[in-house]
Amino acid sequence: MNWFISMMSSTIGRKLIMALTGLFLILFLVVHLSGNLQLLKNDGGESFNTYAQFMGHNPLIKVVSIGNFFFILLHIVYALLLTLQNRKARPVGYLSETTKTSNWNSRNMGILGTIILIFLVVHLQNFWFKMKFGYVPLDDMGYKDIYMETKEAFSQWWLVALYVVSMVFLASHLAHGFQSAFQTLGLNHKKYTPAIQFIGKAFAIIVPLLFAIIPVMMFFNLSF
Amino acid sequence: MRKLNLTLKVWRQKDDKGKGKFETYKLNNVSEESSFLEMMDILNEDLATKKIDPVAFDHDCREGICGTCSMVINGKPHGPLQTTTCQLHMRSFSDGDTITVEPFRAGAFPVLKDLVVDRSAFDRIIQAGGYVSVNTGVSVDANEIPIPKDIADEAMDSATCIGCGACVAACKNASAMLFVSAKVSQFTLLPQGQPERHRRVQKMVAQMDEEGFGACTNTGACSAVCPKEISLTNIARLNREYLTAKVTAQEV
Ligand code: HEM
Ligand code: FES
Repeated sequence: MNWFISMMSSTIGRKLIMALTGLFLILFLVVHLSGNLQLLKNDGGESFNTYAQFMGHNPLIKVVSIGNFFFILLHIVYALLLTLQNRKARPVGYLSETTKTSNWNSRNMGILGTIILIFLVVHLQNFWFKMKFGYVPLDDMGYKDIYMETKEAFSQWWLVALYVVSMVFLASHLAHGFQSAFQTLGLNHKKYTPAIQFIGKAFAIIVPLLFAIIPVMMFFNLSF
Repeated sequence: MRKLNLTLKVWRQKDDKGKGKFETYKLNNVSEESSFLEMMDILNEDLATKKIDPVAFDHDCREGICGTCSMVINGKPHGPLQTTTCQLHMRSFSDGDTITVEPFRAGAFPVLKDLVVDRSAFDRIIQAGGYVSVNTGVSVDANEIPIPKDIADEAMDSATCIGCGACVAACKNASAMLFVSAKVSQFTLLPQGQPERHRRVQKMVAQMDEEGFGACTNTGACSAVCPKEISLTNIARLNREYLTAKVTAQEV
């Protein structure tokens, strides 16, 4: 057990947690997005409500979603631990921080993450909390009509704007985070690293963009 | 030949306990052909004639191979060029420039005096495992130990690290990962490094953490200022070596 404790308390072990939880959250984003895109189907919410009913009641999904909350929490706790440790490593700063030799987002993952966290709280309160504990009328199939709730929420322009802007920050977090996770895991190879970097950039653009399109299209009553 | 009139903002600190602050000095008629360290020498002569304590700064070889010449110039370790301070010349500056000169900043590199910092943390990391403890005997013939050319090249590239500490100075986390990764890589890649492979990486990382360096956020700021252009692939290798060693080594 000694080796495990010493590994997990080392800087590299802490980064291991960041990378693994980060990659899990990336996977979560894919699942979440593919489910949510059904909001844009032109069927009055039938497929989305069926999907939401399934997500809310399937035991496997329940276990995964508990894991998901746990991993977000771990990601945040370790982000805090690392940020504090990193601050402590440079007690006195520089007078002239003029020359930047790295990307802005890579240096500000903590700020980007905090903005994402604030968004998450608002987002969970809007939908997840309402679905779980609030009152949601039933649809024709007898399922909670979360589609209608979503449609109503996204008839408010400022909420749509909040979602779109938040996705920009998520994109920025991912643009560094995706490839960074592989680097942290030591998964670096002449053949594959260029591909990972390309996929990371593409992912960071496409996924937040699709997420952002949902509230915008619902606001304008557009669907497929 | 251009002559430069400069304003220098230099960090002055009496000793390792002092508070320290910036002092501003004017220096005129500096030849653009003098090196940055020569400019500092001229400044010090000037200060000495004025009975002011000269600025202490580290330097040794003055030919870019020892890594001693540590200072942060206008916010960049070693100054505007990706080289050592001793290899930087005043032609990189313009007449009338204000140049800010600060020590490398890191908790693990305490300031001893003015621009001189204590980098013995690096020595202790090397002492923790950055060596091969078998007798190497007489030098063997070339190709006695077969090593593929690309591996030999990579090990050689890692071995060019001169331990100057610019990576730590540039990193927003004052992380020593680039240095440690280069030192681990040069052994890990070669047959002579294999017997101590797992022990070495664990001990060196443990010492690195012990010294209080930060963690790596993979920003790449280190490699961008490294005078020897040590690449980030070394850091990925260090992560891989460390995690593999922890998980698979026989010691429990
Ligand atoms: C869906 C949400 C999120 C995803 C997909 C995500 C993904 C990632 C990934 C893949 C990394 C790279 C890990 C590495 O460098 O090895 C990362 C790093 C980071 N994340 Fe997140 N993250 C999310 C939310 C958050 C939140 C809510 C916070 C903070 C409150 C946060 C803070 C950070 C920080 C500070 C780092 C950099 C750690 C370091 O390298 O020092 N992230 N994230
Ligand atoms: S004095 Fe030796 S590298 Fe600059």
